Amino acid sequence: MLVPLSWLKEYVEIDITPQELEKKLFNCGFEVEELSEVGKEISNVVVGLVEECEPIPETHLHVCRVNAGVHGTFQVCCGADNVRTGGKFPLALAGATVFMTAKDHKTVEGVMTIKKGKLRGYESEGMLCSGVELGVTENMFPGAGYNGLLELPQDAEAGTDVKPLLGLDDWIFDISITPNRSDCQSIVGIAREVAAALDKEFKMPSLEYTETDVKKEGFQVRVEASELCPRYIAHYVYDVKIGESPLWMKRRLALVGMDSISNIVDITNYVMKEMGQPMHAFDCDYLEGNAICVRRAAEGEKIVTLDAQEYTLNPDNLVICDGAKPVALAGVMGGLNSEIRETTTEVMFESAKFARDNIRKTSRALGKHSDASARYEKGVDEYSVYHAMKRALHLIEELGCGKVSSTHEDANTGNSLEPREMKVSIAKVNRVLGIDVPTDEILRIMRNLQFAPSAAGDELTLQVPAYREDMEDYPDVAEEVIRMYGYEHVIPAFMPAAHVTMGGLSRRQNKEMRLKRALCSTGAYECVHYSFFSPSDLELLRLAEDAPERNAIRLLNPINEELSLMRTTLAASMLNAIARNQKRGNLEGRLFELGRIFIPKQLPLTDYPEERQKLCVGVFGTDESFFTLKGIAEKVAENLFASFSYRETKKSFLHPYQAAAVICEGEEVGYLGKVAYEVAEWLDLRVDAYIMELDMEILARWYDRDPSFTPLARFPGESRDLALVMGKGVTCGQVEDVIRESCSYIRDIRLFDVYEGEQIPEDKKSMAFTVDFTPRDEAFGADTVDGFVKKILKNLKKQLDIELRS
Amino acid sequence: MCTEAYEQIFKLQKGMVNKMSDRLAGIRQEILDGISQLSSSRAVYEFKKQFMDSKTGKIGQLMKEMKTIAPEERANFGKGVNELKEWAKQRFDELDEKMKARELQRRYESEKIDVTMPAKTVETGNLHPITQTRNQLIDVFAGMGFEVFEPREIENDYYNFTALNTPKDHPARDMQDTFYLSPDFLLATQTSAAQIHAMETRELPIKMLAPGKVFRSDDDATHSPMFHQMEGLVVDKKITLCDLKGMLDMFVKKMYGEETTTRLRPSYFPFTEPSVEVDVSCFECGGKGCRLCKGTGWIEILGAGIVNKKVLENCGIDSEEYSGLAFGIGIERVAMLKYGIDNIKMFFESDLRVLRQIDDN
Repeated sequence: MLVPLSWLKEYVEIDITPQELEKKLFNCGFEVEELSEVGKEISNVVVGLVEECEPIPETHLHVCRVNAGVHGTFQVCCGADNVRTGGKFPLALAGATVFMTAKDHKTVEGVMTIKKGKLRGYESEGMLCSGVELGVTENMFPGAGYNGLLELPQDAEAGTDVKPLLGLDDWIFDISITPNRSDCQSIVGIAREVAAALDKEFKMPSLEYTETDVKKEGFQVRVEASELCPRYIAHYVYDVKIGESPLWMKRRLALVGMDSISNIVDITNYVMKEMGQPMHAFDCDYLEGNAICVRRAAEGEKIVTLDAQEYTLNPDNLVICDGAKPVALAGVMGGLNSEIRETTTEVMFESAKFARDNIRKTSRALGKHSDASARYEKGVDEYSVYHAMKRALHLIEELGCGKVSSTHEDANTGNSLEPREMKVSIAKVNRVLGIDVPTDEILRIMRNLQFAPSAAGDELTLQVPAYREDMEDYPDVAEEVIRMYGYEHVIPAFMPAAHVTMGGLSRRQNKEMRLKRALCSTGAYECVHYSFFSPSDLELLRLAEDAPERNAIRLLNPINEELSLMRTTLAASMLNAIARNQKRGNLEGRLFELGRIFIPKQLPLTDYPEERQKLCVGVFGTDESFFTLKGIAEKVAENLFASFSYRETKKSFLHPYQAAAVICEGEEVGYLGKVAYEVAEWLDLRVDAYIMELDMEILARWYDRDPSFTPLARFPGESRDLALVMGKGVTCGQVEDVIRESCSYIRDIRLFDVYEGEQIPEDKKSMAFTVDFTPRDEAFGADTVDGFVKKILKNLKKQLDIELRS
Repeated sequence: MCTEAYEQIFKLQKGMVNKMSDRLAGIRQEILDGISQLSSSRAVYEFKKQFMDSKTGKIGQLMKEMKTIAPEERANFGKGVNELKEWAKQRFDELDEKMKARELQRRYESEKIDVTMPAKTVETGNLHPITQTRNQLIDVFAGMGFEVFEPREIENDYYNFTALNTPKDHPARDMQDTFYLSPDFLLATQTSAAQIHAMETRELPIKMLAPGKVFRSDDDATHSPMFHQMEGLVVDKKITLCDLKGMLDMFVKKMYGEETTTRLRPSYFPFTEPSVEVDVSCFECGGKGCRLCKGTGWIEILGAGIVNKKVLENCGIDSEEYSGLAFGIGIERVAMLKYGIDNIKMFFESDLRVLRQIDDN
């Protein structure tokens, strides 16, 4: 929110610098996002009196003698048409900074420094300035809009700085207001806080006015939807003379970024900024039926707003109607049919509280935002509703632009505007803070904050102003006290009264971290991907119509379609990450992600879905193969003290002959394989990629397993190399299984060669294994192992028709 | 005749003996000549063999001739041969040692490398920067007795908002743009829901951390629709703002160094009262003011406060007896400040060029 220092000063005395004030505000909970000096670009510009002014022949220029008081008298050349002897104008002295304008003299193109120079052979020791060159608009100073010199008042003293005169010595605070303090969304609200922080008195703007006897007979306000409008105040103003607002009002509106429109409209905007209460003014000539009715819109009802846009409404939208038709979209924008015109002579002022949530919904649903709706969305209070109307009526009188009638309608639900009494225990307040704030300090702070406090023993009694809807209990009081008393008074302690607790990671968390580190040791980098994915990812994975991965939870309000589903597999994100890397020239790498997939029990969700932990590993590069990825799978198994086996499988996004199901001790836990060429093509992959996904919910059962120690063998082991010839369809796993089942003394079986070709029948292949045998209770005899081998060969022959290679 | 004959024979023999000593001298000379020609230990070995081999070597041959020598000359002859053998062995050993030393030197020289050529390494991956940061944070708090809770990513309205004193129509709901999945279920906008779950299910006292993924409908240069927070909660008897300050002081010293200090300033969260923003003295410039802290000397790192008594009561905890403190840290923010990463999106793009750099496991 923008707060000009000059405006703030009207309600509270400020005797510190803007920078000190920024700090004070910061300390009591109001962060100043930006503190800017209004005329910071302008320096060394003083009031200059033109004492002589002679035209330079054959040019539009004049050469002038300009009296700049204490600075001396200077010769200045000037091209403006309104330069004249006796006129007072801003004079930029040598070394001054002012805005540089384009050829049109209107567009600002930067800041320039004035130097002494020569024009057409005439010495020029400075520059006389226009409004634009000083950054002053017509709304800030009359005449500033003229495309020529800015004429200063005759009583301005030559040589004095022009900045105070033009309002350029001001500062703007852009303050961020937390949502609990909607009462501070106004100049007055901030002024109250500043007064409390500086120990100064807060001066409420004048609310005085005199009602005439004139009445708008029979006028009625009816609120049909009081749940959306707890208070609606209307006041009739007549003898209205539409015209321009006074300079001070225009200037203030300009400082907070609002255009001046006409006195009546300006009053509503001014009050909104000053008091934090949006207001509206209807032209009574266009109100039918001598009534205002606040109700929900009928289905399909239409309104054309001030900006000539038509909207079709429904009962979720609140409208302000006259006796016949909607005349405003409540809290958002007035209707075109009742807007203030130059011919307006009678006005109905509105000040109302509308439910913030309803205004927000309407504003969002219609895509219609205004200063008023933005203000209403933050929440207004009825105290301000009431006082803002008074302030507006005071301004009508002060500006002399109308007469205040005695027709004042206040439709409300009986909420009090008086302070409510609140009693809290001082001990409890201090118990929250952990320090003992002296009671006198508490009283001072609460008094400064307008709570009219009194203390009796431990009991603190407060009169909570109606605008402080956030004050509910002693913790709120504690917060008010400490933010004004100062957080530097909080003494660090380390839970002296607390119990000792056991901290650290659970077994599962430790095991997960251990697994991640093991994956890193294989050269894989951990990734984190969004928990959402795209419907197109389901197509990327070429999933069947009835694939369980298609049963994904949809976001009701996704940012875009790409991020509209909750993940049911980590594969798509991994594939996209691989593709992204390849596009950026990373042509080899290993990635892994431990993340969740989301499985709904039913759609739409009425219960928590299952959040299932998965591990996805992706590898790519010319050195990678099915078996390098399988090596990572084995690393996972090793880490869990589990053993994996593998079985050929089919997966829509994997190579049909390079894909395996991963089985952990009898239970299928995932898959691994080469990415199918169709998928690789879709992703424009430049090198082959391999992907694995494991279900960590199942594998978590192995987290309980610990490493165990097998005593070292007391007797030496023996090894045998077996070169075997078999049908081409026999797999390594089958052979290993038969070997293992044939003898209980086997410690390890390792494939060391695969051969097809000469010396082997054409329909056969050879696989050679090293088999390690370890004795248990006694040493192997001379031919014990030969006996084992014989049995192995017999079983291989019987079960898989495998022969020893001759 | 006999005498003549004997003399004849004697002469012959004597000539032979003379001839023998000539041969010894000849061999000696042959060795001396040959040695000077040798240039490798292999050649030394081969040359040596010509003389020293017990069967075929020239000195070996001499030994064999011993039996043909007259007994009275034999001792003399044997002595000469042995002397020659000893002498030759010494020469060959000396030469062999010299050759070997020279050859070793040559081998070393031939294996000279350019030590500035690139190293050969086995690539080790890294944990994600978020995980690294999360681990560092957990380490600090685990030592203070905090256990780690894992928040859900999908929450219901009650836990994410209502129980946290943010009923429908509460202004604070505007602070966060929520992704909804159904009227009641949504993507967690904050890890704070874990506070409620912990208070509902855990025995008091509670000290817990809840690092997790959170989601807000924001997607621009500085916002990501998904990011990570870490919630902290303590519920016990007599927990005050002083404890919050003391605990956070300890945290920042462990995390950013002993000289780091904290500053509390008022803020607002619906589930804490009072609420504070916590700034740390800039760890880049030590508080003097620099680009990192935008000249203020302070860096905002987390939001915190005393648990709102309504929140305790929503969880069935007696707010007269117990009180609590809570804090929430943006993990990306901590990581970005720590590693100088300027774009939050980089965390989720899995670009290996980025992941390889952050090696603070």
